[in-house]
Amino acid sequence: MSLTEKTAAELLALQAAGKASAVEITDAFLASIADRDQKVQAFMHVEGANAKAVAAVIDAKRKSGAKLGALAGVPIAIKDVLCTKGIPTTCSSKILEGFVPPYDATVVARLKAADAILIGKTNMDEFAMGSSTENSAYKTTRNPWDPERIPGGSSGGSAAAVAACLAPVSLGTDTGGSIRQPASLCGIVGIKPTYGRVSRYGMIAFASSLDQIGPFTHDVYDNALLMEIISGFDPHDATSVNQPVPAYTKTLNDKVEGLRIGVPKEFFGEGLDSEVEAAIRTALKEYEKLGAKLIDVSLPHSSYAVSVYYIVATAEASSNLARFDGMHYGHRTKQKADLIGTYAKSRGEAFGKEVQRRIMLGTYALSSGYKDAYYLKALKVRRLIKNDFDAAFEKCDVIMGPTAPTAAFKKGEKSDNPLAMYLSDIYTISCNLAGIAGLSIPCGFTKTNLPIGLQLLSPPFDEERMLRVARMYEAATDWHTKRPTV
Amino acid sequence: MAEPYKIVIGLEVHVQLLTKTKLFCSCPNKFGLPPNSAVCPVCLGLPGSLPVMNRQAFDLALKAALALNCQIASHADQKPGFTKWDRKNYYYPDLPKNYQISQYDLPFSHDGFLDINVHPDPKKGYTAKKVGIIRAHLEEDAGKNIHDESGRGGDTRVDLNRTGTPLLEIVSHPDMNSPEEAIAYLEEIRLMLRELGVSDCEMQEGSLRCDANVNVHIPKADEPKGYAATPLVEIKNLNSFRSVGRAITYEAKRQYEQFQKDPVGYRIDKLLKTTAGWDDPRGRTEVQRHKEEAADYRYFPEPDLVPVIVTKEQLDAVKATMGELPQAQRQRLQTQYGLSPSDAEVFVAKGRKTVAYLEEVAKIVGDGKAAANRISDLVFPALNERKEEIDEFPVTAAAYADFVKQTGSLNKQDRVDVFKIVLEKGVSVEDAKTAAGIKAVDESALRESAKAAIAANAKAVADFKAGKDSAKMAIVGFVMKNNKGAPNDVVRKLVDEELAKV
Repeated sequence: MSLTEKTAAELLALQAAGKASAVEITDAFLASIADRDQKVQAFMHVEGANAKAVAAVIDAKRKSGAKLGALAGVPIAIKDVLCTKGIPTTCSSKILEGFVPPYDATVVARLKAADAILIGKTNMDEFAMGSSTENSAYKTTRNPWDPERIPGGSSGGSAAAVAACLAPVSLGTDTGGSIRQPASLCGIVGIKPTYGRVSRYGMIAFASSLDQIGPFTHDVYDNALLMEIISGFDPHDATSVNQPVPAYTKTLNDKVEGLRIGVPKEFFGEGLDSEVEAAIRTALKEYEKLGAKLIDVSLPHSSYAVSVYYIVATAEASSNLARFDGMHYGHRTKQKADLIGTYAKSRGEAFGKEVQRRIMLGTYALSSGYKDAYYLKALKVRRLIKNDFDAAFEKCDVIMGPTAPTAAFKKGEKSDNPLAMYLSDIYTISCNLAGIAGLSIPCGFTKTNLPIGLQLLSPPFDEERMLRVARMYEAATDWHTKRPTV
Repeated sequence: MAEPYKIVIGLEVHVQLLTKTKLFCSCPNKFGLPPNSAVCPVCLGLPGSLPVMNRQAFDLALKAALALNCQIASHADQKPGFTKWDRKNYYYPDLPKNYQISQYDLPFSHDGFLDINVHPDPKKGYTAKKVGIIRAHLEEDAGKNIHDESGRGGDTRVDLNRTGTPLLEIVSHPDMNSPEEAIAYLEEIRLMLRELGVSDCEMQEGSLRCDANVNVHIPKADEPKGYAATPLVEIKNLNSFRSVGRAITYEAKRQYEQFQKDPVGYRIDKLLKTTAGWDDPRGRTEVQRHKEEAADYRYFPEPDLVPVIVTKEQLDAVKATMGELPQAQRQRLQTQYGLSPSDAEVFVAKGRKTVAYLEEVAKIVGDGKAAANRISDLVFPALNERKEEIDEFPVTAAAYADFVKQTGSLNKQDRVDVFKIVLEKGVSVEDAKTAAGIKAVDESALRESAKAAIAANAKAVADFKAGKDSAKMAIVGFVMKNNKGAPNDVVRKLVDEELAKV
């Protein structure tokens, strides 16, 4: 098994045992990127020499006996929505072409402090708007399990990078499923933490009240490890919550006694692919074998989740994306125009169609005369969706169902039908609206060898138990050990 | 009302708060730094940056709101003390996020009032007036666009140092009816906020800005309300209190004349509010923008900030730091020290330190009114001349009280001379008197002189005895002529006594 197929935990162990150096590991992943990324197209930017230099420093630190961070010598890929000091950050949009942030996102700073090696920035749907990574203004990332198919989105580059062994771990962001859905489609583990668990400082906002950053990993242990590093209060983010971060890796293998799993009937309705459903049912049976109890629960308002989401998220986005106007940084039109004309042309030229569509939707939803009927009503329904979860969690510890209604779909299959594309997030969106935590773990393959993901949803700030529940299943199965042939 | 119409004025005042740092980041809140030197990712609105509220700004704003007698975040259907932030969306290059973090439907304070004294000119007397406050809310300031004014069409430059400066917006009810009332309102706000340390309120530096909403009511018996109202005009670009007054006068007259030309169409229910700029050199308002429809700022709750709950403990802590407000101080100086309303006005307008000086002098001298007069006579002109604040003045209140006591018998010119010596040489009052050539008063010699004067002015004495009071002054003048530097009040007393004996 080559270095690049290993997990972060294994890479840490190899270094600790003196069997591999950070430089060797970094070289291996850089070689993997050089060799395979032309097929996968996961990276927007690769940190070659810099990554090696950081690796050399870490090796020297190790040699000198200095204390090393929890992720020492482990390369990590970062979604291009997170600001990285001195490294281009584009959100896969033409409007940020050439933008180099003067500061690091808090999560990036924490990873650096943990001695992780930033190996590159990954492709995404422009401004995290999409479910296939086809909305990138630069390139289309392929699903490592089938290059004709998409990796999911919007964090498709980060998911594909881990699945294709171009990086052992990566960071994505999840506003409506953008970590969990690509994790599911690429056969890896992805977590959307509770809103407020991870600082959003330095994440270029799509929808501020829904956005969270989370890790992609091959297995649950690595996920727990990254969560320990990136979670916690940040004085730079007023919405980050000041609550202690549990030692997730320490309790990971503690069995969850008397586990009650809520199974919402709304997650098994029309539109769910039969192969996916079969895999999920099998996974639930496995949990029963492990001693868990399945409980029927209902999330009656979940049918409104997609509608509510496309009002709340677009409303916030219409405001968040207003700053990209060609005045202070990023793309400015070459055409001669007055102030308003410069705004309009700069934005018209450099925003992709989906971004423009959402800005218009959101602007409309907030406009006077429509705000009550759309935005304010959506906020009320959002509260009802949250109430549904509160009621369900009275009866169960964790909710389970499919992460996505289908396995990876073909390139171009849904690009002309925004509504069909929006429905690929039907099971993930309500988690963001409710601000709770969610996670996707691999739970099988279709007949055509495409990964299927099981989604776990947990009450706010209950990641510790959710990770243990995920680990129970992982320990009894071997889906997480599969790697695609790229 | 000299004009054939009633002016109706509402003011929107913006004051920058005297915080160390900006409202949502830790950049310095300081005027006059080189362009774009006090900026960071947050106030530049760089992608990914997030705002974090500055508690000091919120506390200063609370202080101002309490001084304006406002309710603190008391909103229907909300917990007491609940307030939140909203985004106001509009595009402009001096607003790098293209939205301003402000407060929309649940401002932290609302429904207050301010008592003002109109005509702070003793000759005209005072009119007390209560101006209602609709709301006071916090928001972030924008930067500044610096346009090329050479006429050569150069680029506009943007300075973002001011971006994110904490700004308190105070919106009054349309309760003012004359330029004098508007100015009195502004002066009271400025005095109060300066004394509270909330803002330095320098209009020239933009730390106090004012927009005036003006229209006129024209009495007409056949109207349902008994008057016709002209459309609202919001006057901007007012950069001194004087220009506020001039602009209101001009605009009211202009609206009245416009109404005379178009009494059917030029009415508040026919036209939307317009914005006009005040052209100070030309002395006229110029319509800047016709609002076809109300601007749509697409307000919504700021998702990057959490709501704020103001607790009773926080309010009590702020109240404890407020001290006496100007209006209460004016009342107290009148009742406690017998100051006239105009003296009280003058002292309070000079600030708390001057009032403290007065009170200390008054306590030692034992006469508040005399203390006020003596300070007005000598200390204020000296401060003006020396360009000093009262706390920099070399003569302390105790020293000045001593001076007042020791120079009570001197005439005014002598007092001025002695004080000048005290101030310039730093010597004792006694030595200054000697230096000024003022001898101690020899009362028996003066009495002899008074007797001699009475004997020498038989006609004046007769006139006085016949009831002509002013005749006495001739005798006093006679004594003074023969006794240069004698204290006028002593001479008068002696002349009175001697006249009584005649």
